[in-house]
Amino acid sequence: MSILAYNGGAMVAMKGENCVSIATDRRFGIQAQTIATNFEKVFQMGPHLYVGLPGLATDTQTVMEKLRFRKNLYELKENRLMSPKVFAAMLSNLLYEKRFGPFFVEPVVAGLMPKTYEPYICNMDLIGCINPPNDFVVGGTASAQLYGMCEALWEPNLGPEDLFETTSQALINAFDRDAISGWGATVYIIEKDKVTIKNLKTRMD
Amino acid sequence: MSLADICNISDYDSNRGTKNDFHQMCTNFTSNMSLGVPPFANAVANIGNMAKDDSGRSIKINFDHGTTTLGFMYKGGVVLAVDSRATGGQFIGSQTMKKIVEINDFLLGTLAGGAADCVYWDRVLAKQCRMYELRNRERISVAAASKLMANMVYNYKGMGLSMGMMLAGWDKRGPQLYYVDSDGTRTPGKVFSVGSGSIYAMGVLDSGYKWDLTDDEAYDLGRRSIYHATHRDAYSGGIVRVYHMKETGWVHIDNNDCNDLHYKYKAEKEDLENTII
Repeated sequence: MSILAYNGGAMVAMKGENCVSIATDRRFGIQAQTIATNFEKVFQMGPHLYVGLPGLATDTQTVMEKLRFRKNLYELKENRLMSPKVFAAMLSNLLYEKRFGPFFVEPVVAGLMPKTYEPYICNMDLIGCINPPNDFVVGGTASAQLYGMCEALWEPNLGPEDLFETTSQALINAFDRDAISGWGATVYIIEKDKVTIKNLKTRMD
Repeated sequence: MSLADICNISDYDSNRGTKNDFHQMCTNFTSNMSLGVPPFANAVANIGNMAKDDSGRSIKINFDHGTTTLGFMYKGGVVLAVDSRATGGQFIGSQTMKKIVEINDFLLGTLAGGAADCVYWDRVLAKQCRMYELRNRERISVAAASKLMANMVYNYKGMGLSMGMMLAGWDKRGPQLYYVDSDGTRTPGKVFSVGSGSIYAMGVLDSGYKWDLTDDEAYDLGRRSIYHATHRDAYSGGIVRVYHMKETGWVHIDNNDCNDLHYKYKAEKEDLENTII
């Protein structure tokens, strides 16, 4: 079995009309055994910037701390907020540094650009190849199922309420077909003047 | 001198012919206990090589797998409880699989392990049991049925069959519970749990088990054990099915979605915590 599927986890981010969403499951397991159902793998990196790190749980936390360190250093030096685009480039660089012994995470970045509040999402592979599409990105062990759900449900110019519904349905119905992700879900809706965080009631088996 | 003589094949004609060809092309259609075997010299010893590619790496075949099943005897008979998830690797193929097979009115079998193996051999067993009944004008005992099963799968030992089943029944000697698996193990007992989630189920089952359980307590114990297993084990889930083997034959008690059970048990637990404080 792949080391990327050792702990399990699913993640999705979507673009909407002046808003973005990022959603993830809450399982932390070791192969078949579910250890905890309150595991965080989406982290706030700025007022309108979130990063999700599905994959090997130990690397989720290591990469998050390395990112936070580099982002803080940048913000102290430059005296301005880091934009999602710059953050993604920095993350890509961080991952490629370990080209021959990678961190086993498939990052997802979601945020709004500072000043313009233009939605930005991207994902990358474990060695930092950035993919910034116009609709949605996925990651984790249920990514095949998520692609199917997103391809079917996503449409352009969704408002925050509709984006929440679309993201939640896509995530829940995808991870219900994956044995090693699920056990609760969290959805973040990022808008210009507020971020809404909701925990979803899901199947717990 | 013909080629056949040089090759020392004297009875070539008797080995071909339509009847024999037909028979070789569909062995288990005429005798469902004999499966096709790959054309190796020593099939049992060499069958492992089939699952290797040219460079010797093993080819992974994801059979449907992963289960929690349990069965226990108590004063009211035998209770069986199972989940309903079928997985191929990490992918959930089905959430509604029937893992209890109704062999006849007084015999139930549970499935765990390779889904196809279990379904196939349980069907063959069901046929054997019916044949016994027609020949002898009485129902087969659970001991005999379980031995039929054990002997059938023993013929394929080492060839990769994967199954762990429980047989529950009520015969002349009373309620019976047997465990049979593809290694050839066959053993009677009071409490069994089989499958990837069995360790979790056994934890709950052992702590609540006693001989003098009432019927409702027994069903609840079975249900709870399976539910807790589906919660912890990624490869178990879906619906919890509970069956009761009585003197009058088996009764299907109920089916419960794990999702409903989770929030029901959660509410009960919160109620209890509130009343104590």
